[in-house]
Amino acid sequence: MTRTAGDTGTTAGPRRNMRRGPARVRGTGHPFARYVLRRVVTSLLLLVGVTLVTFVLTNLVPGDPVAASLGQRAAEDPAIVAQFRAEYGLDKPLVVQYVTYLGNLLHGNLGTSTTTHNAVSSDLAAAVPATLEIALGAIVLSVLIGVLFGTLAAYRRGKTTDHVLRVVSLAGLSVPTFWLALVLYYAFYFQLHIAPGSGRLSSDFNVPPTITGLYTVDALLAGQLDTFLDALSHLFLPVLVLTLYTVGLLTRFVRTAVLEILDQDYVRAARAKGLPTRTVVRAYVLRGASVPILTVVGLAFGSLLSGTVLVESVFSWPGIGSYAYQSASHLDLPGVMGVGLVIGATYLLVNLVVDILYGVIDPRVRLA
Amino acid sequence: MTRTVLPATQPGPAADLPGRRRPRMRLGRWSAPLGIVGAVVVLLWLVVAVVAPFVVPHDPLAQDLPRLQAPGSGTIFGTDALGRDVFSRVLSGATVTIPLALLLVVMSVLIGAVLGAASGFFGRWVDELVMRVTDLVMAFPTVILAMVIAAALGASLLNAVLAALIVSWPSYARLTRGLVLGLRTSNYVVSVKLLGFSSWRLLLRDIAPNVVGPILVLASLDIGTAILLLSGLSFLGLGAKPPTAEWGSMVSDAVQNFDSWWLGLFPGLAILTIVIAFNFVGDALRDALDPKSVTVRGGGATL
Amino acid sequence: MTRTPSGEVALDIRDLRIDLATAEGPRPIVNGLDLRVGRGSIHGLAGESGSGKTITALAVLGLLPASMSVSGSIVLGAAAAGGEPIELVGSSAAVLGGVRGRRVAMVFQDPSTSLHPQLAVGRQLTDHVRHHLGLREAEARARAAALLTRVHVPDAETALGKYPHQFSGGQRQRIAIAVALACGPDVLLADEPTTALDVTVQAGVLQLLRELVDDMGLSVLLVTHDLGVMSSVADEVTVMRAGAVVESGPRSQLFTAPRHEYTKSLLAALPGSTFEEDPAELAAELVAGHEAPAVPTVLPDGNDAPQERDDV
Repeated sequence: MTRTAGDTGTTAGPRRNMRRGPARVRGTGHPFARYVLRRVVTSLLLLVGVTLVTFVLTNLVPGDPVAASLGQRAAEDPAIVAQFRAEYGLDKPLVVQYVTYLGNLLHGNLGTSTTTHNAVSSDLAAAVPATLEIALGAIVLSVLIGVLFGTLAAYRRGKTTDHVLRVVSLAGLSVPTFWLALVLYYAFYFQLHIAPGSGRLSSDFNVPPTITGLYTVDALLAGQLDTFLDALSHLFLPVLVLTLYTVGLLTRFVRTAVLEILDQDYVRAARAKGLPTRTVVRAYVLRGASVPILTVVGLAFGSLLSGTVLVESVFSWPGIGSYAYQSASHLDLPGVMGVGLVIGATYLLVNLVVDILYGVIDPRVRLA
Repeated sequence: MTRTVLPATQPGPAADLPGRRRPRMRLGRWSAPLGIVGAVVVLLWLVVAVVAPFVVPHDPLAQDLPRLQAPGSGTIFGTDALGRDVFSRVLSGATVTIPLALLLVVMSVLIGAVLGAASGFFGRWVDELVMRVTDLVMAFPTVILAMVIAAALGASLLNAVLAALIVSWPSYARLTRGLVLGLRTSNYVVSVKLLGFSSWRLLLRDIAPNVVGPILVLASLDIGTAILLLSGLSFLGLGAKPPTAEWGSMVSDAVQNFDSWWLGLFPGLAILTIVIAFNFVGDALRDALDPKSVTVRGGGATL
Repeated sequence: MTRTPSGEVALDIRDLRIDLATAEGPRPIVNGLDLRVGRGSIHGLAGESGSGKTITALAVLGLLPASMSVSGSIVLGAAAAGGEPIELVGSSAAVLGGVRGRRVAMVFQDPSTSLHPQLAVGRQLTDHVRHHLGLREAEARARAAALLTRVHVPDAETALGKYPHQFSGGQRQRIAIAVALACGPDVLLADEPTTALDVTVQAGVLQLLRELVDDMGLSVLLVTHDLGVMSSVADEVTVMRAGAVVESGPRSQLFTAPRHEYTKSLLAALPGSTFEEDPAELAAELVAGHEAPAVPTVLPDGNDAPQERDDV
């Protein structure tokens, strides 16, 4: 992953640098293919790193890994412990243990949850679509709003609009999301009865036939309009809460990126060509800012995934976040590590996609 | 793994060294008042954190009041499910959270600055090692990694701080490394060296002031993030243990007693006000120190 | 050889004053500039950096940042194609929008920054043509290809699909000139069009400008600090210093019999100059006393993008 040093962070501390030079490709082969290949290899290396982290945390850090994996009660029975140690090879050297661990992961074996007593992998598989549904909704919504707000703030730099948006985005970044979820749920559901109750569907609706696992999409595919609307209304509050935080992040970054681009010669040149402001903004300014904006979208997706862990449980949304909450509060280590692995891998994938998209939006990366 | 070496037009103070330039104090029309409001609120909360143990109307841990009473009837913020005074618990929360958040940020800055400076100065394997570790930490979303670490360490407030520390030092390491690298190669520093001034003079008089500013800004904006992270971990049950009056776990309790709105509202407002106040201060500080130091640069050869 | 312009005035600037609003009050950047660009001629505007040349060019287009105020008069002469003379100072955004790119176009100093790196050359050559002239895409592209050929960019059809970074600096500036010419403007503002280029390709770009003036009757305001450039292509020359005109006249007169000391000093600095002057004295004069006001970076103007720079 190309990361330039010297991130000078704003509020959330950007985790990737905004400044990416064009790919400097050496050797032969199609330059963009090589660029993509390198990113893929880097991501795979980091994925190995991620598994190393969860391995170390599962097997080395806890005072008693057996207790952590088995749960306290089972750990008090020496027979079970001995069987467990042999079964999981805890008496073997660490390297062997790690290889075994990796082998298990490759076979989709993430261990057994001490809370649900199911395989963590099957628990997570059931939870992923629910989280995906709110995460996708929130990222789309926050990119739309964030780009709009950020551009507006940059164009109105120093004016009231700019200052109001600054306060709004700082407020968005300062709200504890889990609390906001609670407050909105209380207000919209409990007091005002506008929002529907918890979960993904009201009790009088049946789950639409599973195709994608996203209830809204599945309901539409099945032609069940009322199920679609009900699923959509259940999405509203969780998506709103997640969006508020990421909008704050995006607004601030987009503003800075657009300000930077507004100072570019090619924007002046576009204006000198007599193009209407709308065209200048869309075709020139936003296109120029698209690389940093894309970077921030990748970052925002990370904080959004973090957000689901804090927010879902409030809405009893049966996704990864609720599962993480439940596992964490019961100190269910296999469950927590499973969540860490899945979200870590997802985040790596998102950033890989972002890296590849650089090539799509910037010909200097795509064409050597 | 490849990494772009610091570009010649490194954004930030490093590039803006046309000579001996100190950060100029410059306040935007609005950021200054917001910063002052923020500073006042921060100060109020700091006072609360210090005096809360002595002035709270009730023992925040005592379960001697009628349970789940709404605000007004004898108590300001009502009572919780165990008959504890919510107002006293919210005030005591400041004593619990604020020192830990400050400790967390100070430690992150120290560790990050030392490792980042070493990385920038020595380069080679030191740089490689430090940067690969930051890569690994940053491969996870912050809260997720902190959650995973805290769960492995076991639920306690200090473990939560340790977990938060592990995830938060890399941004300082990267920032410091970048600034040090940029300054080391800047024309100004190179010419000062050529003039024969000592490295120490260089480090103390010229590099340090230019590194401290941006780090200070990042740190001030990070205190809010630290409070959010710690309370978030406690909300997940990975931080403060039950009797402790900690804001995140108080909000978590409120989820169990949904119709008693006052249980969650007030601790959440406490988090919101202190975090937003720190962010206002940080924002104003950044504007004042150097409006360009946090500029996001577009990618690309010509920018 | 000085060409004889038609006598008509393509661009008439009178008593132009540009002030920058600062915390200490307005600071003059351009102070009473008078300048006329004859139709079918190249008028050189010379002066050291910071003397207000570029700001003057941007003022013609109404592209000054909101922190700058303009007074005086800039009249765009009647167009060959039948347009009326227009007073540009104080014009509405709509009027200026119709003038920019359509009747007055601009070529910027560095083509590697003035062309959008993420937009294909064809798109940048056609978007304003379609906007101003209402051409369909195919027509606009054909026109663009012809233009590229006109400015001597080889293999025009392929070039339309390429991106700026795939061309050399000199080719890029030719493309930028083609972009400026795409709507058939009367007046071309060329701001240091050769400064960012390799010395070896500078002459080619200047020659192109000359050709366009001679063949198409274009009127050019050539802004440069480089008197060498002036002496090779300009018909008339105006020398500016610190926002005011120092000397103005036909090239031949200015280069052979300069009247003002400052002009002489600039000429003496030219390589191969015949002007004898003590180099130390000259350097002292150039560096010392003449601190021109610093020119801030220019943001898009305030007409449809009101903004303030709190740092200027």
